[in-house]
Amino acid sequence: MTISTEDKTNKRDAIVQALQQLLPANSVLANPEELQPYECDGLSAYRQLPMVVVLPETVEQIQGILKLCHSLDTPVVARGAGTGLSGGALPLDNGVLLSLARFNRIIEIDPVNRTARVQPGVRNLAISEAAAQYGLYYAPDPSSQIACTIGGNVAENAGGVHCLKYGLTVHNILRLEVLTINGEKLTIGSAALDSPGYDLLALLTGSEGLLAITTEITVKLLPRPECARVIMSSFDSVITAGAAVTAIIANGIIPAGLEMLDNQAILAVNKFLNTGYPKDAEAILLCELDGSAAEVEEQTNRTHEVLKSAGSTSLKVSRDEAERQLFWAGRKAAFPAMGRLSPDYYCMDGTIPRKHLAQVLEIIGKLSEEYGLPIGNVFHAGDGNLHPLILYDANTPGELERTEELGGKILELCVEVGGTITGEHGVGLEKINQMCVQFNSDELEQFHAVKRAFDPHALLNPGKAIPTLHRCAEFGAMHVHKGQLPHPELERF
Amino acid sequence: MQHQSMNEDRRESLQASVIEASGSQTPLNIIAGNSKAFYGRTAHGQTLPIEDHRGIVDYSPTELVITARAGTRLSELESILEEEGQVLPFEPPHFGEGATIGGTLVCGLSGPSRPYTGSIRDYVLGVDCLGGNGKLMSFGGQVMKNVAGYDLSRFLTGSLGTLAIVLEATLRVMPRPGASLTLVQDADPATAIERFNRWAGLPLPITAACACENKLYVRLSGTRQGVLDARTRLDGDALEDDGRFWSDIREHRHPFFTADRPLWRLSIPAGTRPLKIDGTWLYDWGGAQRWLSSDISAGQIRQAASNAGGHATLFRGGDRDSDVFHPLPPALFRLHKNLKESFDPAGILNPGRMYTDL
Repeated sequence: MTISTEDKTNKRDAIVQALQQLLPANSVLANPEELQPYECDGLSAYRQLPMVVVLPETVEQIQGILKLCHSLDTPVVARGAGTGLSGGALPLDNGVLLSLARFNRIIEIDPVNRTARVQPGVRNLAISEAAAQYGLYYAPDPSSQIACTIGGNVAENAGGVHCLKYGLTVHNILRLEVLTINGEKLTIGSAALDSPGYDLLALLTGSEGLLAITTEITVKLLPRPECARVIMSSFDSVITAGAAVTAIIANGIIPAGLEMLDNQAILAVNKFLNTGYPKDAEAILLCELDGSAAEVEEQTNRTHEVLKSAGSTSLKVSRDEAERQLFWAGRKAAFPAMGRLSPDYYCMDGTIPRKHLAQVLEIIGKLSEEYGLPIGNVFHAGDGNLHPLILYDANTPGELERTEELGGKILELCVEVGGTITGEHGVGLEKINQMCVQFNSDELEQFHAVKRAFDPHALLNPGKAIPTLHRCAEFGAMHVHKGQLPHPELERF
Repeated sequence: MQHQSMNEDRRESLQASVIEASGSQTPLNIIAGNSKAFYGRTAHGQTLPIEDHRGIVDYSPTELVITARAGTRLSELESILEEEGQVLPFEPPHFGEGATIGGTLVCGLSGPSRPYTGSIRDYVLGVDCLGGNGKLMSFGGQVMKNVAGYDLSRFLTGSLGTLAIVLEATLRVMPRPGASLTLVQDADPATAIERFNRWAGLPLPITAACACENKLYVRLSGTRQGVLDARTRLDGDALEDDGRFWSDIREHRHPFFTADRPLWRLSIPAGTRPLKIDGTWLYDWGGAQRWLSSDISAGQIRQAASNAGGHATLFRGGDRDSDVFHPLPPALFRLHKNLKESFDPAGILNPGRMYTDL
């Protein structure tokens, strides 16, 4: 069935008018130039103007918007800071874009129970800044933490550099106040450590705005470690560096953060920053240890020994906080630094069991050659989360398409070795085809059934995160179960 | 692998049983080791034993990941981890020799370390399960960071077998701390709770905190130097044989748990002052989990827990045909029913075990 342009315009006008009656004038944006800033999130390769943007200020206003959209069968896409990397907040041309930017208040910090109640539009870092006066902080630290919002973090189950020791968003939140598509208020979780009934907190975390709209979050706060040090060690191959990571874990050490950069990434960083990364290293490991001063000293000495016997070619321990920050500065700047080497870059986000690191990096290298597109690797080495960065030029005809194809192959490779297509960025629109590789039709149908339990008419962020079975049939992917390939000995491109 | 004699894959026969029960609309009472038969509401339905579906499927110590079939004994799994110097960081209670990893997962129970190192659901990475229609599904995976699709493996944790039959679980494991020490101080409950919460706001390696009979017990675990250093910052005498003490708390073998009255579990914000309800109390999880042995009415206990911002479970004893779990608000219960139906359309999996009519 096709909908005529005229019908579409009429429907749009009716919705905009109804929203304007519901909300103050400055809370409804409908002119094309006002809509422009919302046309994409952090994945700027995908763009779409929304039908209308709303910027409510109260929970009652959101309730009104949802009830209206529900009654008019109009989709709703929620948006925080728009820093997501998978197109999860990409607008729909027939949908309302619901910005939660004005929900930016920290409601309460409870230093005794070590929790903070915050609105979804509060920036991740702002929580730690507000909690600092009590010696507390919010642990998950995605690299976009100065800009990204906690609401978006909940929607994506955001991770960060320190999740090896402190977990992801799902491990660090206690309670959500949410609204369902028909505007009903629900409290998920509680101020206690658990709640009766099903673990809806786990279900909603990472649900990418498909199940409910979060209006308030209670997060856990942790005492800030007394001391933290980083060991920077170089290796003459990524394989040796990977083995060193395994050796650290085998020795019973769980670092607060354990990051790897390959030679491409090191070169890029060194070009723009003076962080002292050895330029001839094939791989660098950054290993952060935290705790009390006594604990950190003991662990640093042990880790130093482990790295040395694992074949590290040079080792440097941060002497003070300034040097620790300097060591991290390169890692934090790795994406933008690589971006400056090339007009565009595409950041992948697969996770693999670490034992397959060597094999996976080798195949990624071959794919890079085959496609003629350089790839640098930045790696949350402790938990197996790979971020290959493909460098490309969107102005070269066909290069974006080839980049996406190459990216897709890397993700399928991650699934083949028993990993996943996304460790922390979410599926969004970007990886929706690869979902067909990771899950079979019964599993996808179960996801859709869960969605229907919340949102029977599929109005919340439709088309994202979970592909239709029809789409998978068109994509024609081979579902790979737990890395059990018919012929694992064969190279696959 | 040395435990091969305990290795059996029964997923096909289990799947056939579920498909048959689904067809004939026969309610099933899913049983693994039967160590937690006392928990939840009274079980009804045709018994479906899953204990024979057992064995370690994969264990990679340096990946910090273990995969086991549901019927695998918890004791077997823990001893295999022990050989590699690793542990289940959530210290699950066994409540009997037969305890299995599948039963532990669907009951969602965690031990003394829970507030400090996380709960069982925090360590679940993936599950294979059978839906109520007999469909075999796999959610999550073998890696710690995985945000593809809804997080249904964590969602199934604590669902008491009412959504799906968990056949296999992949868990994250951790190295056993190098050193551990428990300190004892004299403290009434109010003082103990105040201290627990003050300490929890400081960078100390606390991994358990419990109070009863005007004494508090706090466990420090971590590196040897870290524990020694923390020891100098807290008063108190070291407790001998503290491993036994914490396992007695975890397994409800401590004398507190021998009382003949209904046992309630109150889960409330840790810093809440002691509640004024008649009965005897044991404060665990730094004040966040409070055990109450009392004959006071369910209504009064639930009201007090709700007022404090938490909930109360009739853990053992009492009337197990009424609500043993805290009743849910109507909108939330409706959502539970929708979700149950999405996994188990015929309503045959452990019906009524969590709530009546679910």
